[in-house]
Amino acid sequence: MPIRSEPVTVNVGPQHPSTHGVLRLRVTFDGEVILDMEPVFGYLHRGSEKLGEERTYTQVITLTDRLDYVASMTNNQAYVLAAEKLAGIQAPERGMYLRVIAAELQRVASHLVATGFLLNDLGAFATPLMYCFRERERILDLFEMLCGARITLSYMRVGGVFQDAPEDFWPALRKFMADMPHYLDEYEQLLTDNEILVTRTKGVSILNADHALNASVTGPVLRASGLPWDLRKIDPYEIYNRVQFDVPVGKAGDNYDRFKIRIDEMRQSLRIIEQCIDQIGPGPVRAIVPSLIRPPIGDAYGRIEGPKGELGFYLVSDGSIAPYRFKIRSPSLINLTVLRDILIGWKLADMIVTLGSIDINMGEVDR
Amino acid sequence: MIREVPGEELARRLQVACPGAVEAWQDISLWVKPQRILEVCRFLNQMPGLEFNLLNSISGVDYIEHFEVVYHVTSTINLHSAVIKARVYGREEPSLPSVVSLWQGADFQEREVWDLMGVRFEGHPNMKRILLWEGYPGFPLRKDYLEAPR
Repeated sequence: MPIRSEPVTVNVGPQHPSTHGVLRLRVTFDGEVILDMEPVFGYLHRGSEKLGEERTYTQVITLTDRLDYVASMTNNQAYVLAAEKLAGIQAPERGMYLRVIAAELQRVASHLVATGFLLNDLGAFATPLMYCFRERERILDLFEMLCGARITLSYMRVGGVFQDAPEDFWPALRKFMADMPHYLDEYEQLLTDNEILVTRTKGVSILNADHALNASVTGPVLRASGLPWDLRKIDPYEIYNRVQFDVPVGKAGDNYDRFKIRIDEMRQSLRIIEQCIDQIGPGPVRAIVPSLIRPPIGDAYGRIEGPKGELGFYLVSDGSIAPYRFKIRSPSLINLTVLRDILIGWKLADMIVTLGSIDINMGEVDR
Repeated sequence: MIREVPGEELARRLQVACPGAVEAWQDISLWVKPQRILEVCRFLNQMPGLEFNLLNSISGVDYIEHFEVVYHVTSTINLHSAVIKARVYGREEPSLPSVVSLWQGADFQEREVWDLMGVRFEGHPNMKRILLWEGYPGFPLRKDYLEAPR
């Protein structure tokens, strides 16, 4: 006699160790196979966009720290670039180099978190995560030297950075740059050919490039699908046109490619930092900007290639000291658009891994 | 480099394809009639030479006398970008057609504009609140929104 089964709807989250924060997934299963999935957001909604309308252009920087809280530097960078575009301010060269060094360090830190948690989701509980956090810790130490904070950095300012790097920073950065490639080799040795990782992730949850682009997916997830779309290369901001680096792309667009691409991108980030250290010259780190910035009436959309995708800020000015509208284009939320499509037909255990491979941050999803 | 297509250039092309849809242009912005937004976006998405295939963001702005819905679009083929804006009047039930049939990426973003700004997108398959819950009073990003007393 055949066994009949009925579809069951289960809530995964909001309090679930593998949802990367307070994300709730309402999933319909047939046995273990996913029939339908709907993400439910908003558990971490703090109204950042409304709060931004009541703060000055400089105060808003502290709000951006709290969006993607494992990548505060890049959030700062995207915001200050948008504000500079709106106000017509140009940062001095040394300031831009410091911003790029800080942002690339942050990209490495964010990818380390993504890789560690992906392995955590795969069942390699805590050990790879602790390896990744060992190196992230050293990046946070470097940030502490730059600005005194480790997570909510607020290092960048409209028109440059808050202060020049201290003397001790450069030897510490060089030491980190010397060590980090060996750590990456270690990950590759431990993980890239790991049989469990490969069998669990190869060919799972395939996303093709056309679908990804149509769903506004950006960042490593899009590049893993084979499209070399990197704003640092295609629309260079700051000093990215003066450094050499490659844009790694995946082939299949499966979970394995999304894992591998982050390891490759970390190597490229190190290459960029290396060149920045060579090129950076003396000079001011911050343009002379009034403490209360009053940009002319108008709007501007500033965007960067964040660790998770295109991070954009749409600012509207009415000529006052606070933005009239402060809109965040969050890659984490928009990358989740495809989650349902790439999950259907796969199993419960794959769902957690796919979510980890997309690399979301709830602070940025819910804002 | 990504070229920002001037509004005037797009207006000229739209004059033939969608006559009467363009309201105004200035620098890189192009204002179109809200009811024609789907038609305009379909043209921008499919016309060879334009092919705006990546919808970067949809934002809603409350200018008190009207709402403005702003579409930032990019073409990964021709490496150019454009800013399309639509002024939506009325505070009771402002609405304009959804572009989710062209770009799946509009799905969550349109829901967010509805949730926080209260502009409805006709033809969206799942037009419900995204960050707040159903039954939440008011739309927080509107300029006349007052927080409910605690």
